Amino acid sequence: MTHLIMAPWPMTHWPFIAASYALGVLVPLVFGIAAFTRMGSARRRLAAIDPRANRSGSAAARARATQDSAA
Amino acid sequence: MRPDIRRGKSPLATLITFNSGLGWGRIHIVDATSATAPPRSAPKPGRSLHRFANPGRFLRLSGAVLPWLAVPGLLLTVIGLTWGLLFAPADWQQGDAVRIMYIHVPAAWLASAGYFGLAVCSVLSLVWRHPLADLAAVEIGPVGAGFTALCLATGSLWGKPMWGAWWVWDARLTSVLVLFFLYLGHIALVRAFDEPERGYRAGAILALVGAVDLPIIKFSVDWWNTLHQPDSITLTGAPTMYIGMLWPLFVAALGYTLLFAAIVLARTRAAVMERRIRGLLMAQASREAAP
Repeated sequence: MTHLIMAPWPMTHWPFIAASYALGVLVPLVFGIAAFTRMGSARRRLAAIDPRANRSGSAAARARATQDSAA
Repeated sequence: MRPDIRRGKSPLATLITFNSGLGWGRIHIVDATSATAPPRSAPKPGRSLHRFANPGRFLRLSGAVLPWLAVPGLLLTVIGLTWGLLFAPADWQQGDAVRIMYIHVPAAWLASAGYFGLAVCSVLSLVWRHPLADLAAVEIGPVGAGFTALCLATGSLWGKPMWGAWWVWDARLTSVLVLFFLYLGHIALVRAFDEPERGYRAGAILALVGAVDLPIIKFSVDWWNTLHQPDSITLTGAPTMYIGMLWPLFVAALGYTLLFAAIVLARTRAAVMERRIRGLLMAQASREAAP
């Protein structure tokens, strides 16, 4: 019946499990935050310098509106 | 040579089939005036893929898809990991160390799937010269390397209490380590040239050559007598895993997969926008430099 024992605790091998879960959360989190920060930064820079972005009804303006509504 | 001349559906299109002595040949003659007419046949795969090469269209589509990947990905990952850590049963042999599997297996799956994506992008780049495929390949590399490192690290953290060693030169472990080095090589190679197109081409060739490692990883546990256990989940057979462990694993794997896709898509969107920014700045600089 050992396999029916549920966590929480006392948990065997917990330092290894804690380290694994820390890595399992950190790796996607770091990549995710970096990707979305980079995307936001690029979007702001593009909106600042893209002449097409200032034209209402243009593809760039529609794209920006879609992105803003999605955000 | 006696040609067989057939008129096409359009009165201006003619198909001539002939035997030149070396084999059958075929000439499709289309009158110039009919060339402006829309094509009757379905577009070729490469051509339909190029519709997505338009940066504006890609940004619109990816902007709509991105929240549907990121939000469910985050939720499913949190649910899967919490389920695996707190509510899934411990293994009768491994104890609680089996909970490492809920991270290790999705990371291993994504390490291979990411490299497969890289290889597909490389084919699209080399065969159809798809510009977005180059950018996507460049952006998949670091994310895939990160998940491969996660797979190796969690495998090592599982191996120490179970095998008594952080690392063994087992066929499965070694082939995944080779995959990690292939990722690193791709990352370095695509950034090693002053001219980006040359880097993309070299990286695509490396990715295609390295794709031979994927079946080696998959079948290493069958081909060689390895310390690593064989697959518990296969496409053809029933899973050999207790259902109470299978569900959290499935949820965590789906969540990680959606997160992986969201991260790659966000990075590719950023790369497309950065390319546009570079183009605009260069155009602006050349306008200012002109007399």
